Amino acid sequence: MSVVDRQEWDVVVVGAGGAGLRAAIEARERGARTAVICKSLFGKAHTVMAEGGIAAAMANVNEHDTWQVHFRDTMRGGKFLNQWRMAELHAQEAPDRVWELETWGALFDRTKDGKISQRNFGGHEYPRLAHVGDRTGLELIRTLQQKIVALQQEDYRATGDYESRLKVFQECTVTRILKDGERSEMGVPPAGGRGRVSGVFAYERETGRFFVLKAPAVVIATGGIGKSFKVTSNSWEYTGDGHALALLAGAPLLNMEFVQFHPTGMVWPPSVKGILVTESVRGDGGVLRNSDGKRFMFDYIPDVFKEKYAESEEEGDRWYDDPDRNRRPPELLPRDEVARAINAEVKAGRGSPHGGVFLDVSTRMPAEVIRRRLPSMYHQFKELADVDITAEPMEVGPTCHYVMGGIAVDSDTAAARGVPGLYAAGEVAGGMHGSNRLGGNSLSDLLVFGRRAGLHAAEHAAASADDRPRVSDEQVDAAAAEALGPFSAGGGETAGDREAAGGGQGVGGPPENPYTLHQELQQTMNDLVGIIRREQEMEQALKKLAELRGRARRAGVEGHRQFNPGWHLALDLRNMLLVSECVARAALERTESRGGHTREDHPTMDRAWRNVNLLCALARPADELAEADPARGRIALTRETTEPIRPDLLALFEKEELVKYLAEEELYE
Amino acid sequence: MSSYEARFQVWRGDAEGGGLEDFRVEVNDGEVVLDIVHRLQATQAPDLAVRWNCKAGKCGSCSAEINGRPRLLCMTRMSVFGRDETITITPLRAFPVIRDLVTDVGFNYQKAREVPAFVPPAGLGPGEYRMMQEDVDRPQEFRKCIECFLCQDTCHVVRDHEENKKAFAGPRFLMRVAELDMHPLDAAAETGLDRRATAQDEHGLGYCNITKCCTEVCPEDIKITDNALIPMKERAVDRKYDPLVWLGSKIRRRTGAN
Repeated sequence: MSVVDRQEWDVVVVGAGGAGLRAAIEARERGARTAVICKSLFGKAHTVMAEGGIAAAMANVNEHDTWQVHFRDTMRGGKFLNQWRMAELHAQEAPDRVWELETWGALFDRTKDGKISQRNFGGHEYPRLAHVGDRTGLELIRTLQQKIVALQQEDYRATGDYESRLKVFQECTVTRILKDGERSEMGVPPAGGRGRVSGVFAYERETGRFFVLKAPAVVIATGGIGKSFKVTSNSWEYTGDGHALALLAGAPLLNMEFVQFHPTGMVWPPSVKGILVTESVRGDGGVLRNSDGKRFMFDYIPDVFKEKYAESEEEGDRWYDDPDRNRRPPELLPRDEVARAINAEVKAGRGSPHGGVFLDVSTRMPAEVIRRRLPSMYHQFKELADVDITAEPMEVGPTCHYVMGGIAVDSDTAAARGVPGLYAAGEVAGGMHGSNRLGGNSLSDLLVFGRRAGLHAAEHAAASADDRPRVSDEQVDAAAAEALGPFSAGGGETAGDREAAGGGQGVGGPPENPYTLHQELQQTMNDLVGIIRREQEMEQALKKLAELRGRARRAGVEGHRQFNPGWHLALDLRNMLLVSECVARAALERTESRGGHTREDHPTMDRAWRNVNLLCALARPADELAEADPARGRIALTRETTEPIRPDLLALFEKEELVKYLAEEELYE
Repeated sequence: MSSYEARFQVWRGDAEGGGLEDFRVEVNDGEVVLDIVHRLQATQAPDLAVRWNCKAGKCGSCSAEINGRPRLLCMTRMSVFGRDETITITPLRAFPVIRDLVTDVGFNYQKAREVPAFVPPAGLGPGEYRMMQEDVDRPQEFRKCIECFLCQDTCHVVRDHEENKKAFAGPRFLMRVAELDMHPLDAAAETGLDRRATAQDEHGLGYCNITKCCTEVCPEDIKITDNALIPMKERAVDRKYDPLVWLGSKIRRRTGAN
């Protein structure tokens, strides 16, 4: 083979959401010739769905806000498992990243004195979220998209070619990271995994053609994994591609057990179940009630947050106008707390008719204010559910929203561990949010670490200029063969292979429908590794995943390579299955409840787990028998102790608070 | 909850040609047209090509024509159709077909590049921008655009006139010019760029005869004609007489079209 088209670039960015575009802008501005590859059309990335805002301590609305307060809120929200240096950089740099957007044309909502307005959100001590109504993500993506176009216009004036220094390969999918100095057995990096990144292997959706972009630096910015769950707010693209690409390239994933279930997704009608209802509804005054009409969140304030939240409805209501002398209402607890509370109310039989609870703004503010502040929510409920939110409450319930776990990275450089030339930013990177992300911290994360990833990738590329890594024909051929697999359903396998994979289904098992496999996977993760987890269920999930892995090898497709969604899904299944195994395996290992990981059999937070990271790596050698064995599978799990939090950062907290989180020996070091 | 079997006709084919294919498919309570397309993929036509992303009306990917009208598949509820009605889905007509419901929308990306970017004001650093809400309200309306390109598809200047594409940016990108023109801090004028003049001279504003078809199909309810295009035409009038502006102020919004 090896007739695959090849191009030379300095930096390749995989993903064109907030993190990918910010990385690309930075890399190009630092002089690197930069290519962006994205699965969808340019400007359609999942970032457009972010609603509430970008968290940044600009102190435009409350003058007391500082990066230190933002850092503190972020650590509390993540239950102190955050990679603290990331949380520090994030809090320090977020304001600059927001202000910079204005110089690129962004138009945020304003305060009375003409500054960027900031709104309240769960877990944030002060109004901190820069926003545009409830469509902040769209503003972010459009601003970055238009900045890319502005840079391309500059390049056109200089070179006569818009794409000479910055090109977007839209509707293309990367299936493999390529590495120099490695043997090519796909999925089996040699022990130590020392090879450097040499590029990516991708296909173009429109034609199905393969191509290779050669580059010494690759930034992964592919977002999350929500499409492995049945009820999710995530879009089509969220199939864990970047997580899987990193694993297959030899980079470990960090703390994959932490998956955020956003407390408020739509629950009815069934076809829209899971679509997000923004937290701004609560930030702006919306309240949660059960079927008895009770504001139940007052019953669910956990000990660690007791001093920070209102004890009565009256106090909570006063807080909106007088935040200095009142405490915030418990509807604004971090998302994990609210999601668990809703789950518990429904389980106790106090849910709404369609299995959620009531979220009401209609009795809290005038119709005209609702339509102005929450236009998308008004529109969404009107169009999709025939509900007028200015006149009646919404029905809402938890929906899989975000993965805190991700590629293990260096805090300062966003470099993936163990693979020189590989970087990761945004949702696909782990660490920043600890065990639970605060609303608004995602968009700021994309900008802060997108920029850092682009910067360091560009520097790495420049340093490799005289010694560019080589792309091996063998790896390219193997990647092409892998990608073509689904066209010969069940073909290309040895009998032993199939026996190992099929778990007794025997030679020549029937071709599998990729859509059916995907639905079974989503149901499995939703039911068995969902918001509340139990040991036996996760063991059952691992068994089911092993079965699905086997069947996925026989996922067959009809038709040809031109824009064929069945084929695309068959290829995405590899990624979803790998990532799902990581989530299930890590969730089984962590015997405590913390943030986005709730164990019914281990219901409390355990200080002994506070400084423990769980790392998932590809099991090597990935022998087929192990793959079919649910107890072993494809993922090897290791524990590591986190680096102690720097003393000056610990000093930002009261001792009484730290005692709730940190183990004895951590406190007295 | 009640289910029924609906009749669909879906255009299938590619650049070489194609035609409508008949399907019978289950429909459940509360579903939208995109749900039905997904069911077709999962059960009858696994290689049926369609673009979609968010399924919440926020990304503007799943644009197509339903019974001849440009719409988002994810925001069109099945309940708006009669149960015995045959529902026809075809690709966007103004753009070349790639496969099935997927078209080549490259025209729009090309036009986006032809609109000069925001020019930051000299002497104002990051964090020093001050703008009043009432001054950003107007351009913010245009920034609600999700780039579904339904307006570009329906606009009769290009819908059946390929030859006009070169000279005409289409409603979406004329609106982008208007947005930048109304941005309180855009400094294009200081660099010698007259955005209003370019709308007329370079982006084909004169082709628009304000029939408001773009406004009618906009899923974000942006008043493209009234709030973006007509004001720009009025400004262009300072330079040239345009009879359409006079006419436009007399025409009410069309009702019941399509």
